[in-house]
Amino acid sequence: MKLQINTSNVVVALVAAGLVVLPLYSQLTGNIFILTLFTRIIIFALAAASLNLIMGYGGMMSFGHAAYLGIGGYAVGILAHEGIGSGFIQWPVALAVSALYALVIGALSLRTRGVYFIMITLAFAQMAYYIASGMSRYGGDDGLTIYKRSSFGGLIDLSNRVQFYYLCLGCLFGGIYLIWRIINSRFGLVVQGIRSNEQRMQAIGYHANRYRLVCFVISGTICGLAGALLANNTDFISPAGMYWTRSGELMVMVVFGGMGSLFGPVIGTIFFLLLEELLSQFTEYWALIMGPLLLLIVLFARGGIMGLLGRFNRG
Amino acid sequence: MVLVEQSLNGLQFGLLLFLLAAGLTLVFGIMDFVNLAHGSLYMMGAYFAATFTAWTGSFILGVLLALGATLLLGIALEFVALRHLYGRDHLDQVLATFGLILFFNDAVRLIWGPAGLALPLPAWLTVPVQIIPGVYYPAYRLSIIIVALAVAALLYVVVMRTRIGMLIRAGASNREMIGALGINIKLLFTLVFGLGAALAGLAGLMQAPILTVQIGMGENILILAFVIIVIGGIGSIRGAFLAAIFVGMIDTLGRAFLPDLLRMVLSSAAASTAAPALSSMLIYLLMAIVLVVRPEGLFPAAKR
Repeated sequence: MKLQINTSNVVVALVAAGLVVLPLYSQLTGNIFILTLFTRIIIFALAAASLNLIMGYGGMMSFGHAAYLGIGGYAVGILAHEGIGSGFIQWPVALAVSALYALVIGALSLRTRGVYFIMITLAFAQMAYYIASGMSRYGGDDGLTIYKRSSFGGLIDLSNRVQFYYLCLGCLFGGIYLIWRIINSRFGLVVQGIRSNEQRMQAIGYHANRYRLVCFVISGTICGLAGALLANNTDFISPAGMYWTRSGELMVMVVFGGMGSLFGPVIGTIFFLLLEELLSQFTEYWALIMGPLLLLIVLFARGGIMGLLGRFNRG
Repeated sequence: MVLVEQSLNGLQFGLLLFLLAAGLTLVFGIMDFVNLAHGSLYMMGAYFAATFTAWTGSFILGVLLALGATLLLGIALEFVALRHLYGRDHLDQVLATFGLILFFNDAVRLIWGPAGLALPLPAWLTVPVQIIPGVYYPAYRLSIIIVALAVAALLYVVVMRTRIGMLIRAGASNREMIGALGINIKLLFTLVFGLGAALAGLAGLMQAPILTVQIGMGENILILAFVIIVIGGIGSIRGAFLAAIFVGMIDTLGRAFLPDLLRMVLSSAAASTAAPALSSMLIYLLMAIVLVVRPEGLFPAAKR
């Protein structure tokens, strides 16, 4: 893939560079708030990027992605609660449990198509939500406070804001690089082929659902990593974090940015969370504006921000 | 005795779920439209009822006004926003109606405030009724069962026996064709959407006196309604009816009896937290089993 100089690539490069130098700005101005805000944004961007892998490239509209955020988070929280503070144990467990959940849910959900798939993934995520609410040992509905962030020996200190920020940013760039490698690999091309014409791919001899399932599991695992990061960021995990509106927000972030574009979810997440932050400074009733805006974007701006940038480029 | 009472509660909850699911499945079956904001209409029905009852001082009048208001709101919503989404991708519909949920929740918070409302019952509905010797059941819950059954029967007659019902069924099987035959398909869609909205509003306002009227009340129950139409088969009213009763029973009986069952193996506190979660999970488990055995649902609507 040759890199071209066009509007969307320039914007992406600027955003990426901005994210890299942000801690510097925060240090110079003493604005700590912007660092914590963007740590959150980066974590959600990773989750949105993982969702984009199956939505944008795989054609699987999962409405239950918040479940992985919760599962990854609970893996960290529960292990910390039981006295296992090492990130070398917590994080692999978070990834493994997310992958396992994705495998089971995916195997069941992928029997269905279209709107059934949307509802099934939604319903399973709600099930995960109820399981979390039922775990009285780990706080039930009230959630679980994580008193100590994951420790990685002397390697990195997660309680240090800047180090944690760069860890999250590293995970985001790593995740996007992985997704880029996947979509340009033979496997990724098959998955995209199945999205455009399943029957034809079946006829060529590809087992469509197996490819879909593997893609679904990869996406869930990446999102589980975002969950582990998020739990460390908030020092708290509760069922509310995996409520279905959270899944909806992740979908919105993907669509705002532009589905099926590599960096779209990052741009979309920045846009969505910054807008939310801005609006909530003006008014307590920010959703009163966000809701109709979402409706308008769906009606008039298909392809999201990256789509608009692309159009700007051509016109 | 407890079993009879809890079974009736399950039936009552199931019928409420049916009212919600019927609108959802009608709109989906005929317009191929996924409406997440259906739960918001349920919430609006409850808020309207609480407000109109307080204004007029009469429960019946308040309820009737609220029904009309929800119907109008549904029609307005369809006219302004949703009709532009027919024929669009399901994902677009999901996102747009998700935006509407955000909007409605905050609009309600702005108008009625963040605290919940109460919808008090008139005295004649609060007395217990003796249904079989020795078993008393609240008159209000009994009236919910009667009203919901009547509405279900009416819906059946309208859809299966009237001209408009014939058009609705024809629209479900081939939209373009009945448009070509000179039927005003847009008007038909608006009517069906209004009908669905009124059903959702009815479910909301009937549930209101039992639970409090609060923001987000439509969301949990909306997911249940989705599970029901997936179990029953999307577009099938009969499937929605049976699945709704089934789910209502499982949910209610699970909540009523699981804590005692769990107490045999768990500590008392753990059992009372785990039981509601477990009974909620049972429903999703049921759905998973149905999907594995019959991915189209138990009673799939006729193939298009």
